[in-house]
Amino acid sequence: MSEGHSTYTPKTGIERWFDARMPLPRLIYDSFVAYPVPRNLNYMWTFGGILSIMLVSQILTGIVLAMHYTSDTNLAFDSVEKIMRDVNSGWLLRYLHANGASFFFIAVYIHIFRGLFYGSYKAPRELLWILGCIIYLLMMATGFMGYVLPWGQMSFWGATVITGFFSAIPLVGNWIQQLLLGGFAVDDPTLNRFFALHYLLPFMIAGVVVLHIWALHVVGQSNPTGIEVKSKTDTVAFTPYATIKDAFGMIVFLFVFAYFVFYLPNYLGHADNYIVANPLKTPAHIVPEWYFLPFYAILRAITFNIGPINSKLGGVLCMFGAIAMLFLVPWLDTSKVRSAVYRPWYKLFFWLFVADAILLGWLGSQPAEGAYVFMAQMATLFYFAFFLIVMPVLGLIETPRRLPNSITEAVLEKNKGGSGHPAGATAAPQTKG
Amino acid sequence: MKKILTSLALIGLVATGTAAIAAEEAHNAAAPTHFPINEPKEMSWSFTGPFGTYDKGQLQRGLKVYKEVCSACHSMNLVAFRTLSDLGYSEAQIKSLAASYTIHDGPNDAGDMFDRPGKPSDHFPAPFANEQAAAAANGGAAPPDMSLLAKARGVERGFPQFVIDIFTQYDAGGPDYIHSLLTGYDQTPPAGMVIPEGTHYNPYFMSGVSLKMPKPLSDGQVTYDDGSPQTVDQYARDVASFLAWAAEPHMEDRKKTGFRVLFFLLVFGALVYMTKRRVWADVAH
Repeated sequence: MSEGHSTYTPKTGIERWFDARMPLPRLIYDSFVAYPVPRNLNYMWTFGGILSIMLVSQILTGIVLAMHYTSDTNLAFDSVEKIMRDVNSGWLLRYLHANGASFFFIAVYIHIFRGLFYGSYKAPRELLWILGCIIYLLMMATGFMGYVLPWGQMSFWGATVITGFFSAIPLVGNWIQQLLLGGFAVDDPTLNRFFALHYLLPFMIAGVVVLHIWALHVVGQSNPTGIEVKSKTDTVAFTPYATIKDAFGMIVFLFVFAYFVFYLPNYLGHADNYIVANPLKTPAHIVPEWYFLPFYAILRAITFNIGPINSKLGGVLCMFGAIAMLFLVPWLDTSKVRSAVYRPWYKLFFWLFVADAILLGWLGSQPAEGAYVFMAQMATLFYFAFFLIVMPVLGLIETPRRLPNSITEAVLEKNKGGSGHPAGATAAPQTKG
Repeated sequence: MKKILTSLALIGLVATGTAAIAAEEAHNAAAPTHFPINEPKEMSWSFTGPFGTYDKGQLQRGLKVYKEVCSACHSMNLVAFRTLSDLGYSEAQIKSLAASYTIHDGPNDAGDMFDRPGKPSDHFPAPFANEQAAAAANGGAAPPDMSLLAKARGVERGFPQFVIDIFTQYDAGGPDYIHSLLTGYDQTPPAGMVIPEGTHYNPYFMSGVSLKMPKPLSDGQVTYDDGSPQTVDQYARDVASFLAWAAEPHMEDRKKTGFRVLFFLLVFGALVYMTKRRVWADVAH
């Protein structure tokens, strides 16, 4: 919470010297030591820190990989293999980076779902949420372009399919597509600009992350009850309380990450990407990286024309619309209660939405034929209905459960309420989920 | 609420599964629409699992099969002779092995291209001068380079197998596929199946009913000097293992490092968790 005044007192001469000239130690102290955080945050709140270390890890491994990589269509594939075979610990760097992208997305999806569950996007956190959505968009662009760099079959054909979407846009579509490709097809100019942008975008992400954290420090963290901090007893100091909890969350996350890096490094990738790109040979099934699969399923679900909009443009509009929904969430949700803990119906629909997103992801990996198409259409319908119907309507008709008066009350109620205490039983849910 | 959710999720899963099975069954034996016709056989390999290591004797046999059979058509451009020390060869053995190959090099000071004996730093020379020559000599399609074949092939595992694979650390999709394909010849296609001219039926081939490559191995074709059985099955296992090494030469190092990293994270995590308990002990949360 913005307390309005700093509690930092420089203790040594050097600290006083700095504080009078550029109060960086004060900023760090106020942001990461004294900063008050709600005392009831659960482990879902450790993903912000996890995402920060994933971003740093991606940038560090990426910079070293770039020292050995060659963005020329004739050399790119072999330069990656040289990293894998001849560069000292090159295999580790590349597997960390490739799997790091996947785990970055795993963390961001958990982070986004946490926000949706606990209503973290509601006033005054709309801008915080939108900055997060922008980071997610930048991550998607970065991930997509990074996947093109090894110049395997899926790199090439994924790039061909995804840049092809833009040609569906009326009037300017072809121009945009050619601008992206630097020509009429995916080729050397495409690879070069994708490499340049893939190197640039993470730093833009880092910039928006700074804004995201800035906005967070102005409005303060939400919490599982969704009730604003009201008094000092509602909070604890960031250090040591949040730091140690975040550290434990990070280690658990890194454990799973390391399990994949060292034992299943190619599990999340596609075998076809170990075949060098061949513009004359289309793979049997072109699939994007797993983290785009739900949107890919939505794209392919639109197999029919709607008036003047043909199925291709319709699919592209739905796919981008699916992402645009996230930006609108703060205004689509009409409920005054933040946390799903006190909203039984929203909670039900939230979990259905999670299941729907996973189903869409699986459908995106399957060929678009037969029963899969119908299933994808139904799942797409539910996806949009969740945002456009469930969110606005539920807020108006749902009767929320009784809210505790403060975070402290919720915590104390939970702790005193053992078995057989009805009051404790109703107050307990804010720590679940 | 939890129960309702669980049952809803289960209903969803069952409905999805049924629809998927229905989609899968929409083909008959003579005109299959999904490949491979038979799933690859899961073999037991020395290099799978958290402590997997390559069997050096097996890799040496696999190299022999590659040299005497596969290399007639398949290149292995990314593998250097020097890396064969992983197979247990000495420096002198690698030198003489490399020298048995002729490398086209140049230009020299006079501006001429020349042939010279191979050095350990050279890579396996390709059997054809270029991809076009390889395609022309093999009925229009160039035989794939074998350096990464064991990672570039893998049959989709499907739900729920792909989830189980995370816990069993299944990472032998490529070697299983190669072994199954090499031992999958000599079978009679179902009645009525059309096998295109110049191709060979193999129910394990992942892109169609048949492939251009004729049956490459037969019993007794390669002589082993370590007493291993000289059968197609053994050859296929050995060459698949060799290709697994060629595709992932640092696998042993990776898994060894992985064990240390996970062990460290486990101990460190436990310590941090205990510290966390201590820090939060006086705060209800």
